[in-house]
Amino acid sequence: MPPVELLLMLLLLATVIVVARLKDLFAAAMLTGIASLLAAGLFVLMDAVDVAFTEAAVGAGVSTVLFLGALSLTSRREKQQERTRILRILPIVIVVATGAALIYGTWDMPAYGDPDAVIHHHLAPDLIAETENKIHIPNIVTAILASFRGYDTFGEVVVIFTAGVGVALLLGGLGLRRRGSGTEEES
Amino acid sequence: MRPPSRVREMPILRVVARALVPVILLFGLYVQFHGDFGPGGGFQAGVIFAAGLIIFALTFGVEALRQVVPVVLTERLMAAGVLLYGAVGVLAMFLGGEFLNYTALDPLTTGHHGQHLGIIAIELGVGIAVAATIMRVYYAFVKRRPDGDGETREPALGAEPGEGTP
Repeated sequence: MPPVELLLMLLLLATVIVVARLKDLFAAAMLTGIASLLAAGLFVLMDAVDVAFTEAAVGAGVSTVLFLGALSLTSRREKQQERTRILRILPIVIVVATGAALIYGTWDMPAYGDPDAVIHHHLAPDLIAETENKIHIPNIVTAILASFRGYDTFGEVVVIFTAGVGVALLLGGLGLRRRGSGTEEES
Repeated sequence: MRPPSRVREMPILRVVARALVPVILLFGLYVQFHGDFGPGGGFQAGVIFAAGLIIFALTFGVEALRQVVPVVLTERLMAAGVLLYGAVGVLAMFLGGEFLNYTALDPLTTGHHGQHLGIIAIELGVGIAVAATIMRVYYAFVKRRPDGDGETREPALGAEPGEGTP
């Protein structure tokens, strides 16, 4: 693995270990933002710039703000609680077992950046060759997401909309209902 | 986290935010409308745009942002973005194609750029819906007040003391 990737991976590992051990929730929220920023750096190195945009803006930016917003409603420190021996050991056993299974799974994956990997020889060459002729725009990713898979993307937008409506109903109350009660000033 | 009254006493934060927010918003628009040539697209643009506005709210108070983007406006734009996407699909049907088959949009353009036109339109819908949804979620969080259990707590992020739903 190239040195820059390795460095980012090690920093990411250090960050998540610290997050798991911290009791101060404010510091933990800030560190999850840093973890997202490191992940965004990794995505840039993998040439997935659009994913990096999203990770930096959502992971490091907006969700950190939402964490802090939620934090201001509760206390700043994690509650100390007495745990039995089994409850203390069980989580680490589950995490280590899951991690081992995932690492075992990566043995079947092609090497990082391997040009002979299956994914580069199924569909991808056709899309690279044909997209410009069929869609007339140079960004193949946008062409696939917006045109070839337009139904999927429409579904995703509806999911985002539904999530927003859900949060508004659960936490904030929709504007219409507020105006109906006639107590709020905004509009 | 600090309430905005204390942020106001931090000139560096205010000056940096004042300089950065317009650049972030401009970059969001660039990602939106250049998404068919460079990396990015509606989702990324919407997220960046909303993040820029949230930085504005963190620095100058959520009340200042609410004067620019009222809560009701975010709710309407959420729906408008989804409807814009769907409308492009239905328009393609009226012009003789299948749902979301942008090639059918050809007669609207001078050449054979139906696909290009369709993609720009639906990406705009995605961007509006995503930006509005993130703003709405942010508003939902800052409007929450801690349940009155006698304990004094810091006011919600970016919220002025004494505001919010009773």
